Amino acid sequence: MTELLEVRDLSVQFDTDEGVVEAVDAVSFGVRAGEILGVVGESGSGKSVNALAILRLVRPPGRIVGGQVRFEGEDLLTLSEEEMRAVRGARISMVFQSPRTALNPVLTVGRQIARLFELHRGASRRDARRRTLEMLTRVGIAEPERRARQYAHQLSGGMCQRVMIAMALATSPRLLLADEPTTGLDVSIAAQVLELLRDLGRRTGAAIVLITHDLGVVAEVCDRVTVMHAGQLVEVADVRTLFARPLHPYTQALVRAIPRIDQDVAMEPIPGAVPSLLMPPPGCRYADRCPRVLDVCRRERPALLVAAPEHEVACHAVEREGAVAIR
Amino acid sequence: MGFGGYLLRRLLLVVPTLAGVTVISFALTYLLPGNPALVKAGALATPDVVREIERQMGLDRPVPVQYWRYVSGLLRGDLGESSSTGRPVLEDFRQRVPATLELTLASLLVAVALGVPLGVLSAVRRDSLLDHVSRLLGVGGVAMPSFWTGLLLLYVFFYLLGVAPPPLGRLAADVTPPARLTGLYVIDAALTADGVALVSALHHLMLPALTLGFAVMAPLTRMVRATMLEILESDYVKAAWAAGLPRRRVVYGDALRNALIPVITVLGVIFGFLMAGNVVVEMVYAWPGLGHYAVTALVTKDPGPIQSFVLFVAVMYVFVNLAVDLLYGLADPRIRLR
Repeated sequence: MTELLEVRDLSVQFDTDEGVVEAVDAVSFGVRAGEILGVVGESGSGKSVNALAILRLVRPPGRIVGGQVRFEGEDLLTLSEEEMRAVRGARISMVFQSPRTALNPVLTVGRQIARLFELHRGASRRDARRRTLEMLTRVGIAEPERRARQYAHQLSGGMCQRVMIAMALATSPRLLLADEPTTGLDVSIAAQVLELLRDLGRRTGAAIVLITHDLGVVAEVCDRVTVMHAGQLVEVADVRTLFARPLHPYTQALVRAIPRIDQDVAMEPIPGAVPSLLMPPPGCRYADRCPRVLDVCRRERPALLVAAPEHEVACHAVEREGAVAIR
Repeated sequence: MGFGGYLLRRLLLVVPTLAGVTVISFALTYLLPGNPALVKAGALATPDVVREIERQMGLDRPVPVQYWRYVSGLLRGDLGESSSTGRPVLEDFRQRVPATLELTLASLLVAVALGVPLGVLSAVRRDSLLDHVSRLLGVGGVAMPSFWTGLLLLYVFFYLLGVAPPPLGRLAADVTPPARLTGLYVIDAALTADGVALVSALHHLMLPALTLGFAVMAPLTRMVRATMLEILESDYVKAAWAAGLPRRRVVYGDALRNALIPVITVLGVIFGFLMAGNVVVEMVYAWPGLGHYAVTALVTKDPGPIQSFVLFVAVMYVFVNLAVDLLYGLADPRIRLR
């Protein structure tokens, strides 16, 4: 299957006073045209940095230290800054968490959308304004004329996120990176925003990378899921498989940590916290929290191996115990 | 109620503030050491003469009556008399306020024109050589007293290099002042197309404005740098970058526009510094402004000019603060004035 985006061994480090923080460690995954790929993991697992790295927006002291980001055939990491700008916002765009702070407080929301049409599509001011109103209507904002003249502080959180989505989809990108787009929104609004994302993604054919720590969200909207832990990618599977037959101990723990109301089982929190990424030891970063830890786990980093069709996992225990046929 | 109502309310609030200011400037007569009547009469006057002068000046009347006479005088535009120039203080002010205003505005311009870009560049190129130099300049500006910077600049640019005029006022001796419109020589000369006066006025304004501007630049630069650093890390700047906006446009459009909002406040504070700094710099450059006038009055214990100087500075403060608040409302859509 042709992949729209193919990330190979992407690594991002932050130089701090205490040492080098390996925020993203040789992560590889692909995004297919039109799909919704979930990226899950606890806070600090490198999900957001990963997305920023795809757009080459990691700012010092952080830097991309290696890997490839192939998008529609070209490696984004080799483009000039100028060429990269034509990718950002036009072919790949991003929706941030906390929509209220992601909008410029001194520009009207209409202006913030309109200028993207002017920038990427060379639209005239008038034309850009017309298309902005269209866009606002498409993301379900009533009274677009009035809203376009307002500032972020005059809109509700949900409406701000709709504006962000309008901004992100304004220039019909092929790929949308959505970083926790529903954090801070109340449940019903969050559901509407997700619905909107899925709907618009389907209609425009844009693929969506949905970064979230909420497995409920993943189950609801994603086609496939990648699981990240402490900057490493531990498992990739289609959404059904991931919930039905998770292989990596971390994923299994994540799934068990989902509160259930239909069964009388206690929710099981995952022991320990995400380990420090400051000069981490070699090997699997989940080793210290893992119930199935082996000696090799602390020495060698497990490779991401195909466990079944549409299912890859990086775990020595799974590999060794041969719980599944590894090809 | 809209902006008009807000403005009216703020202007009404100025009245009690100014009343409070007059109490303070009035009290100065009593706080200053020495009997003003004695000063006016001179060292050789007999007690009888002094008493007579006290009576003339109304110093023998009850304090509330004296205050009332002072305030009603102010309302009529009577700021008292200067015993050293022998003229009404108001007339002296009319001559000297434009000189001080010209210097203050020029210094503010220097501070903004140098301070803001320096702050922005320091933030954008954090920890670069430029950033370190700018911080050093900032510390220098704060640490070096203006009279010292003033003398240093004079030494270098007047004495050593000879590119600056001697520190003797606002114009070269052989240049006639431009026709008076605003009293600010640079503006008047520009408006009347008086090239000779314009060049000479700018030439003379150069060093004093640089001295004073340098002294107040530091807080501005630091403020802009800190705000810019914070804003450059903000979500909306990241979002603007992610949307493919050119770096320049993000830094100088999105970020700077937001960073300038708190700068308005700093400008208000700086204006205050400038009023104080004027006194010293005007002395160094023999600039015929209010600061010079006030120092002379202090040395000769001349109460009228001192009172009026304090009053003037306070009034300026009140209106500058009002202007800052109004500007805030214009610059920041989150603040609505009503």
